[in-house]
Amino acid sequence: MSKKMHIQMTVNGEEQEFLAEPRELLIHTLRERLNITGPHIGCETSHCGACTVTINGKSVKSCTMFVAQANGAEVTTIEGLGNPDSLHVLQEAFKEHHGLQCGFCTPGMITRASKLLEENPTPSEEEVRFGMAGNICRCTGYQNIVKSILAAAEELNSAKEAAQ
Amino acid sequence: MKDEVTREERVDALGGMGCKRKRVEDARFTQGKGNYVDDIKLPGMLFGDFVRSPYAHARIKSIDASAALALDGVIAVLTADDLRPLGLHWMPTLAGDKQMVLADGKVLFQGQEVAYVVAKDRYIAADAVELVEVEYEDLPVLVDPFEAMKSDVVLREDLVGEDGSLPDGAHGPRKHHNHIFTWEAGEKEATKQVIDNADVVATETMYYHRTHPCPLETCGCVASMDKVNGKLTLWGTFQAPHAIRTVVSLISGIEEHNIRVISPDIGGGFGNKVGAYPGYVCSVVASIVTGVPVKWVEDRMENLMTTAFARDYWMTGKISATKDGKITGLDCHVTADHGGFDACADPTKFPAGFMNICTGSYDIPTAYLAVDGVYTNKAPGGVSYRCSFRVTEAVYFIERMIEVLAIELDMDAAELRRINFIRKDQFPYKAALGWEYDSGDYHTAWDKALKAVDYDGLRAEQAQRVEDFKAGKTRKLMGIGLTHFTEIVGAGPVKNCDILGLGMFDSCEIRIHPTGSAIARLGTISQGQGHATTFAQILATEIGLPADSITIEEGDTDTAPYGLGTYGSRSTPVAGAATAMAGRKIRAKAQMIAAYLLEVHDDDVEFDVDRFVVKGAPEKFKTMKEIAFAAYNQAIPGIEPGLEAVSYYDPPNMTYPFGAYVCVMDIDVDTGEVDIRRFYALDDCGTRINPMIIEGQVHGGLTEALAVALGQEIAYDDMGNVKTGTLMDFFLPTAWEVPNYETDHTVTPSPHHPIGAKGVGESPHVGGVPCFSNAVNDAFRAFGLRHTHMPHDHWRIWKTANQLGLHG
Ligand code: FES
Ligand code: FES
Repeated sequence: MSKKMHIQMTVNGEEQEFLAEPRELLIHTLRERLNITGPHIGCETSHCGACTVTINGKSVKSCTMFVAQANGAEVTTIEGLGNPDSLHVLQEAFKEHHGLQCGFCTPGMITRASKLLEENPTPSEEEVRFGMAGNICRCTGYQNIVKSILAAAEELNSAKEAAQ
Repeated sequence: MKDEVTREERVDALGGMGCKRKRVEDARFTQGKGNYVDDIKLPGMLFGDFVRSPYAHARIKSIDASAALALDGVIAVLTADDLRPLGLHWMPTLAGDKQMVLADGKVLFQGQEVAYVVAKDRYIAADAVELVEVEYEDLPVLVDPFEAMKSDVVLREDLVGEDGSLPDGAHGPRKHHNHIFTWEAGEKEATKQVIDNADVVATETMYYHRTHPCPLETCGCVASMDKVNGKLTLWGTFQAPHAIRTVVSLISGIEEHNIRVISPDIGGGFGNKVGAYPGYVCSVVASIVTGVPVKWVEDRMENLMTTAFARDYWMTGKISATKDGKITGLDCHVTADHGGFDACADPTKFPAGFMNICTGSYDIPTAYLAVDGVYTNKAPGGVSYRCSFRVTEAVYFIERMIEVLAIELDMDAAELRRINFIRKDQFPYKAALGWEYDSGDYHTAWDKALKAVDYDGLRAEQAQRVEDFKAGKTRKLMGIGLTHFTEIVGAGPVKNCDILGLGMFDSCEIRIHPTGSAIARLGTISQGQGHATTFAQILATEIGLPADSITIEEGDTDTAPYGLGTYGSRSTPVAGAATAMAGRKIRAKAQMIAAYLLEVHDDDVEFDVDRFVVKGAPEKFKTMKEIAFAAYNQAIPGIEPGLEAVSYYDPPNMTYPFGAYVCVMDIDVDTGEVDIRRFYALDDCGTRINPMIIEGQVHGGLTEALAVALGQEIAYDDMGNVKTGTLMDFFLPTAWEVPNYETDHTVTPSPHHPIGAKGVGESPHVGGVPCFSNAVNDAFRAFGLRHTHMPHDHWRIWKTANQLGLHG
């Protein structure tokens, strides 16, 4: 078990290099090795989405990816989306529309939603519900999450229009 | 000095009660900066993990940990034998029973804790768990409570005398070695008389299946014993941190002042995080033994299989009425499956919780309830999953019985409810099973709800649908689910509510800082309800300082006043009241300071939004901010410096929120699929503190209700194997399955609560489950269905349609 691999990855724009057992799960790498505790663990079986991060431009559940598979990858977590001085539009929208309660699902939700809006900048309500179906929330009943994401989409689009 | 700002603007500036204040918690959560228990990292911290039983009932012949101990990085493997000298191999449960911390000679349910491995990281701990060799001898398994009550197999030898006698349990005499208690309320004989002589009687048996609260964050803790100072710090997912401190003190012998319990951010609770679990005890012991911090966080499978199931009630009812539908009597018998240990989280005197609210919203003159608790080879628990102590079961029972009675009477179920509601002028209303309902206006709520959904129109559409179905024009039936629920929350008055002898009051302590900001500390703990936002609103209105200048702190037993925590919708009814009362103490002192500063008599000033004004001379005033400063910088004769207050609130009664819900669904008879077309929820939670948060609670509670009614269950096979131990099998709805809800309200304040608030977090769950279930049952009413058990998943609905001959 102890044979370690040399791993290199970029997390939220920062280069990271370390030795790790190949079986280490990426979520543990992020949370325990790199102290990036935004992504959470809700199931470890790919069902809940609390651990969602973006890897090389795709939404990935980091609980079911070995760190070895993420070697060389570009990883973005909730911590890389915005900062206290300039929040991501989605972070603002979730606050504005009461899109969270206990907050445990929120980092995964917002990280997934950010990707969804890149994939489809003008989603219908149905497309949001379908596109977010990999992320479980036990508190909100989703209604305000959907509202938050639709509001963020609108905000992003009007900003784009204004820029053109 | 002329005041340019209008009174209205001053009210708005406070952000007090009734406004849709945005949540102060959200900044950290949206940025991934929450601090949950698994985020805690301490130097040298070790990890604990359990060896668990694959058997539901077995004797343990031997445990061999040598291979595990030989693994690099493994520090210790604890078994019951290690805990016995400390007296910690068993622990008391909240229900007056005791539970094995680690298997003491046998196991009673699958997943039971057998040994506790302590290792340097979680991977090594998991490897070591695999290496512990346990030899079991399997025993006959009892998963059916009715079988268990007949069986010769003894599950709990520790509760049977050597001569085979049955000593009383915590709740009185026991009828059988697998029996835990019988609990009764109401008039047995009188009820029998009424029912025997009634015009109409409807009888039904319904199973409220076993399920699980399943918050997104599982349970866990970090125990850290500082051997130098003799202080134990315990961080954990605790819905009741003070109660946990007292329990830890009682069972460990460490004095309470040397224990600090901290609930950090909690990722949802819903009842799962009320109890004390073996993981906490083992982590504390491991930290004491090793002298370093030990973390234990259960995984999802352990969570679903072992910590805190909910429900599992077999309920048989008889309801009697006159020919024109006036209800005359109600009889309810429950067989309650409590699993291997009775670890229900109920107030001590209520082993079946508040099941005796099961007369619901109706004026039922005579009633009787009996509940028999039974041991089986299932996990212990019996927590209130988003409800107040078995209220979900009670409301489900009565709301199904009403529907069955409507069928028996061939009456419309909405009308049957209307003619039996407790009338507004009957409050306070003394119910046949003992409770005194504080306030309500059921007819107004009901009429508003039926009008909002065009009830008559819906029934006409449904009748047409049945015609079309019979004519072969559609394969979809339409169900209309109705529910009028009455909850009982806010436990509770110390005279009848305690847990382990601790009265169920709650508390608030306020300190006003010199510059006019404040901190308030409470005995409760938020798990997503937004206490930091709403309690500041209550205070803003009470003390006239802006909510944004008030910090709310909970969950640290070293700083917070003693309280019984957050569950059973008790935070607003109890701690909310304590907050208001502590605020009023602040105001009383502020009044004296203001009068001194304004050089008038105390009685000559009055409170106005954010200030005290001289009566009849509103231009003469002192703002609360000015008063706060004066409290710290002036020597006022006869008044101590400072501005602080504490209140311990013992509620005079419970509160009784209510609501009227309507669900409209289409059911595909060939696939069993359900399409929820509409869900209308009217809630009356008394005074509304923050409408945005109330609405969010309603959405969430309804979604958990949808889950329970339509698919979520903890199922066992005959061998006691859990069949739903992962999120693959255990239904948690996603955004895709969940509809948009319409919310509405009426406001009937609680007459005995300082601000009239009743609590709302659990109402939508309590009312939602029967509403979804009634809709499914109602869809098939025209084809002769009286009742079918939950959960109504596609397969079961298909089976119902099939049994009714609807598949041709
Ligand atoms: S923790 Fe990764 S999907 Fe649940
Ligand atoms: S906010 Fe609690 S799980 Fe989504």
